[in-house]
Amino acid sequence: MELNLDATFSALADPTRRAILARLAEGEATVMELAEPFEISQPAISKHLKVLERAGLISIGQDAQRRPRKLEPAALEAANAWIERFREIWEANYQRLDTLLEQLKQESAKAPKKRKK
Amino acid sequence: MPAEVTTPSDREVRVTRKFNAPRQLVWDAHTRPELVQKWMTGYPGWDLPVCEMDVRVGGRYRWAWKNQQDGTTGFGFHGTFTEVNAPSKLVHEEFYDPGDLPADMPMDPCIVSLELNEANGVTTLVCTMKFSSKETRDAAVATGMSDGMEVGYARLDDMFKQAA
Repeated sequence: MELNLDATFSALADPTRRAILARLAEGEATVMELAEPFEISQPAISKHLKVLERAGLISIGQDAQRRPRKLEPAALEAANAWIERFREIWEANYQRLDTLLEQLKQESAKAPKKRKK
Repeated sequence: MPAEVTTPSDREVRVTRKFNAPRQLVWDAHTRPELVQKWMTGYPGWDLPVCEMDVRVGGRYRWAWKNQQDGTTGFGFHGTFTEVNAPSKLVHEEFYDPGDLPADMPMDPCIVSLELNEANGVTTLVCTMKFSSKETRDAAVATGMSDGMEVGYARLDDMFKQAA
């Protein structure tokens, strides 16, 4: 399977599709079952499912009759790793910024108050 | 209040973080070079010896990181401020400088927009990076943006190979 981060992120940008993935994280489900909690038509759900499928985020399960959709964790993990990497870098910066802001707060508390014009 | 990262579109990356400080201080920490140098150093072992910022519309900035151990220098960013609205909004166009590191980044700038909002003494920072293309965004994150940049494209390729 070839992973495509662009397709993954495009797929994840939509809240309905994220909700579908959250549902599938609990176990496989048919199109009917997936459509149930949403106030949108079954064709609209099918369209979302196609996007998710193209992104490699879901696949169609064994049962030829029910054709349940199931989660494909690899694509999601790649996307998560990408985001997590980015987040770590910024969180490290921001923790240093927290420390700096504490210092600045103390300094401004100590400094004689100046009237702002 | 850890940083939250989202991808609002396939060309954007957004970082949201709360700070227990008034907005003016968070603004100062982002716009006064001597303060920026203290925190925006990326991964441990790196610092930001070059940090020049002329914070006004049309003003330029330059940041360059240095690895304390092997002395790798030069990679960084430079660009121009396009919107300066203290203490709430700062927008700049950002170009990547590969420095000593082998990299082949596209030359189109990334638009970086910083927004600060304060409520009850807590400042919420939203930083949105809008890349010219999906490829630029992925490449930027692959190289780790403002970190040590030691990752490079190779590691991302490995990640894909492992996952495939």
